[in-house]
Amino acid sequence: MLDEIGVKTAEDLFADIPEKIRFKGKLSLPSPKSEYEVKKHIESLLSRNKTSDELISFLGAGCWPHFVPAVCDEINCRSEFLTAYAGDVYTDLGRYQSFFEFQSMIGELVAMDVVSFPWYDWGTVAADAVRMALMITGRREVLVPRTIGPERLSILRTYCEGQGGIKLIDYHPESGQLNLEDLRAKISSNTAAVYIENPTYLGFIETAGDEVSQIAHKDGALFIVGVEPLSLGILTPPGDYGADIVCGEGQPLGMHLSYGGATLGFLACKDEKAFLSAVPHRLVTIAKTQREGEWGFTYVLPERTMFAARDKAKSFTGTATALWAITAAVYMSLLGPQGIKELAQSIIEKSQYAMKRISEIKGLNVPIFDSPHFEEFTANFDGTRKTVQEINKNLLDSRIIGGKDLSREFPELGKAALFCVTEIHTKPDIDRLTNALQEAVR
Amino acid sequence: MTEGTMTGFHSVTWREPIIYQLGGEGRRGSRVPPVEEEIKASVGDILSRIPEKMRRRNPPKLPELSEPEVVRHFIRLSQETYGVDSGIHIHGTCTMKYSPKMNDAFARSPKVASTHPLQDVETVQGTLAIMYQLQRWLCELSGMAEFSLQPRGGSHAVFTNARIISAYHKLNGELEQRNEIITTVLSHPCNGGSPAAAGFKVITLYPDEETGYPDIEALKAAVSKRTAGLMMTDPYDTGVFDSNIEVYIKIIHEAGGLVAIDQANANSILARLRIGDVGADLCHFNLHKSFSTPHASAGPGSAAIGVKQELAKFLPIPIVKFDGEKYYLDYDIPHSIGKVGEFYGVIPNVVRAYAWIMMMGAEGLREASEVAVINNNYLIRKLLEVRGVTLPWYKAHPFRLQEARFSLQKMKEETGVGIADVNHRIVDYGFQDMETSHEPWIIPEPLTPEPPETVTKEDLDSIAHVMHEISREAYSDPEIVKTAPHNAAISRIDNSPSSDPTKWAMTWRAYLKKNRSERQ
Repeated sequence: MLDEIGVKTAEDLFADIPEKIRFKGKLSLPSPKSEYEVKKHIESLLSRNKTSDELISFLGAGCWPHFVPAVCDEINCRSEFLTAYAGDVYTDLGRYQSFFEFQSMIGELVAMDVVSFPWYDWGTVAADAVRMALMITGRREVLVPRTIGPERLSILRTYCEGQGGIKLIDYHPESGQLNLEDLRAKISSNTAAVYIENPTYLGFIETAGDEVSQIAHKDGALFIVGVEPLSLGILTPPGDYGADIVCGEGQPLGMHLSYGGATLGFLACKDEKAFLSAVPHRLVTIAKTQREGEWGFTYVLPERTMFAARDKAKSFTGTATALWAITAAVYMSLLGPQGIKELAQSIIEKSQYAMKRISEIKGLNVPIFDSPHFEEFTANFDGTRKTVQEINKNLLDSRIIGGKDLSREFPELGKAALFCVTEIHTKPDIDRLTNALQEAVR
Repeated sequence: MTEGTMTGFHSVTWREPIIYQLGGEGRRGSRVPPVEEEIKASVGDILSRIPEKMRRRNPPKLPELSEPEVVRHFIRLSQETYGVDSGIHIHGTCTMKYSPKMNDAFARSPKVASTHPLQDVETVQGTLAIMYQLQRWLCELSGMAEFSLQPRGGSHAVFTNARIISAYHKLNGELEQRNEIITTVLSHPCNGGSPAAAGFKVITLYPDEETGYPDIEALKAAVSKRTAGLMMTDPYDTGVFDSNIEVYIKIIHEAGGLVAIDQANANSILARLRIGDVGADLCHFNLHKSFSTPHASAGPGSAAIGVKQELAKFLPIPIVKFDGEKYYLDYDIPHSIGKVGEFYGVIPNVVRAYAWIMMMGAEGLREASEVAVINNNYLIRKLLEVRGVTLPWYKAHPFRLQEARFSLQKMKEETGVGIADVNHRIVDYGFQDMETSHEPWIIPEPLTPEPPETVTKEDLDSIAHVMHEISREAYSDPEIVKTAPHNAAISRIDNSPSSDPTKWAMTWRAYLKKNRSERQ
C-alpha cells in the first residue's frame, strides 16, 4: 500500500505535523493484552461492585429501578442499531422509523404533537426547554420550584448563565406544593417561563398544574413541565393542563440503571413555528416517497440547528441517545395503553404501602409532605438519634441500600431521606426494609 | 437499465408499516408484576386520593401488540439499518471503526447495568477504578493534567470547555470584557455553536487558498482585548493538520486567552501528538470515535474533556479521585462550573473505552493510527484516479491524516451529477453513504470518506471501484445516478414536509390530524 501511495515509510504520511511538536516520549499505558486477559482483569475489577440484584435498593432520585423486559435488550443489542450512526434515510430507514415511533409514543404520553430527537437526560432537556423559552419570549428570567433537585438546578444554571436568571419559587412546608402566592409575587413581564416537575424531585405530585399554567400565561410567560414518564399511566398529561413545552427522563422506559449512564432526555412542544425554530435538536418528520405505500422521513427546518447555522444557532446538538430512544419505543410498544396504566398503578400502590409501613416506625415522619406521591417519598429521622448516613450504613449491613440522603440538599427538611419503591419491590422486600429501619433507629 | 448493479446488491425491503398501523385492540406484549393482595387491602383506593383533575381519563394511546409482533417489527427495522457491522461504512468525521464485541459484554454486565449512581462508593469500587484509570490514561494521551468524563458527546464537551473558559475569565474579573471566541470555519460546527450557546460572540476565520488553514496574520487581526479564547478542531475534517497551531496558541496566550482544541479527529494522532504538550489549555476526545465505543444509531456517545492543572478547579462536579486505598467522587472543586449532565457520564461507554485502551496498549494505539492513516492515503490515491474527483489543497497537502475532503465540483459541472446524487447512488452498490461536509460548504460538492484502521485493502479497492463505476455512469448515463437510489428500501423522499407546517409531523397523532381524509 505504501508503494501505491508513493512513500517509503508510513512516517512520511505525517509530514503535516511539525517535527518539534511530535510526542517522542514513552506513554505510561499498559502493554497490549489479549481479549482473555482483558476479560479476566475487568471481571476482577467489576467483582468489587455490589449490584441492586445482590442487594435490595430503594434509591431513585433521577435514576429509577424498573424491570427491563428481555425484548428491550434483544433489540438494542442488534448490531445494526448498535453500530449505525449518521447514514441517510436510504440506508438507515429502520433507524429513522424507530425515532418517529419513539416520538409518536412520547407524544401520546405527554399529549403534545411535536417531540424532538432524543437528548442526554432530564436535566439537559429541561435546560434546553428553558433556553427555548428565553429565545421565544425574549425575556430574561425563569421561575423554578425550590423543590427541584440541586444537581438538576445546577445543570439549569450552567446552561443559562449569562442568558437568563433563575429564581426559586417557595413551596408550602406542609404539602410541598408550589406556593402560588409566591409565584404570583415573583412573576413579571420579565418572566420567560415557569417550570415545574411532576412528580417532583421529592416524590409528591404537583396538583395545581392548571393554575400554574394560568398564572404563567396571564403574564405572557411559557409553562414548562418536566415529567417522569411512567407516572403518566395514571396522571393527567401536561399537554392537557396547559404546558407549552414538556421534558423528562426516559430511563424508566427500558433502560438499566447503568450507574446513571443510560439516561434519555425527551423534549416535546407545541406545533408552532416559533417553538420549532427554537428547538436546538433535530426534528424528524414522516414523509412520503415517489412510490405509493412507502414511508420516508426527513428533517424539519434543518437550517435552524448548529449543524447548519453554527454560532448563529446559539445552541448546540449532535450525538444524542438514539439507541435508548429505540429501546424506549420497544418498551412502550410492549406495555401498551393498559400495561402502562397497570404499571403506574402497581408502582403507586407499592410505594404507598412502603410509606404506610415506614411511617409506623417511632421517631420517623413519613412522608414529610401531606400530598399524594407517586414512586418516591421523603422520610424524616429527626425523632431518632442517628443521621441518615449512619442509618444507611446499618441498612447496608443488612444488604439493603437505603434512600438518598437529603440532609445537605434540603437542610430545612432536617435529617431526611428520599426512598423509591417501584413494581420490582415485593411485599417481603418492603417489610424487610421496614424491619431493618426499625432496628437501625432503635 | 435502473435494475441491478455490478455488486448485485439490494437492500432489505420490508415496507414495514408504522407501528400504529399494526396490532389489534387489547393486545399487549408484557405483564406487570402483580401487587400482593395484602398491599392492595392495606392501601385501598389510592387513586381516589389524587385530585380528579390530575387523574388521567384515558390511558395513553400506545400501540397494542403482542410480544412476537413487537420483536418482528423492530427486527425488521434493524435490518433496514446499516451499521459498521453491516458492511463498508466509512462516513467521514465519525471514525466508524469496528467495536470489539467483548467490550459490549462488559458494558452490559449486571455489575455495570444494575448499579445505581447514588449507591455508597464502597459498593462500586470496580466502576470507580475504571473511571479513575480512564481519566489518567486520557491525561497521558493528551498531555493534560485532569479529565472529566461527564459530557455525553462532542458538542457537549465543547460547551463544557466554553463554560470553563468563561469561569476562568469571570474569576479574573475579565469576563465582561472578554466575550469573544475565535474559531475556524473548517472546525466542527460545535466549535461555533457551543461557545455561542455559552454566551460568547464567535469570530470565524476562513482558510487560506493555498494552505487550507487560516493565515497567522488573520488570527492576529482577530485577536484583541475582547478575546476569551480560541476553540478549534485539529486535525481538520479535510485531514489536514493545521501546523500553525503552536503559533496560534502563543498568540492567544499572549493576548490573555485560553485555547481549547477539539480532538474528535484524534484517531490519526494517538500516541504521536499530545495537544497539551503543544500548549493547549483544554481539549476533548470522543470515546465513540477514537476509542471504539459503538455509535449506537446516534448515541449515546461519550466525550471526555481534559484541562491543564490551573483549570482543574473549574471542572464539572464530581471527578473520580483515589486516596491511595479507595476511589471516591470528589465534589470539592472550589470553582466548579457545576453540573453539565445528570450523574457522571455514559458509564457503559467509559467501560468499553477502558477495555479497548487496555487491549491496544500504547503500541497498539500508535499502530491503529498509523494503519488508519495508511488506509486513508491509499484511498486518496485510488479516488484521485476517478474522473471528476479532485482534492482541494492537494499541492500543499498531498498526504492527509484520518480522512480527506474531496470535491465533485468538476463532475457536477461536466455531467450535472453532484455529491447528493452520488451519495444516493453509492447506496445502490451496498455501501453506506458518505459524509459530505458540515455547513458552510467551503469545498463545493464535498465528499468525505474516513477509512479507519478496521477496514481492509480489499474494502478500499471495492470503494474505489464503485466510485469509478458511478463516475462512468455520470459521464455516460447521468439519469441513472440522478434518479438513484434504485436498490434501496425506498425511492426518493418528498422533502416538502421539511418546511411546510401543514405537512410536517413529528408524531403519528400530528400526522393523523393533518391528514384526516386519509383512512388509516
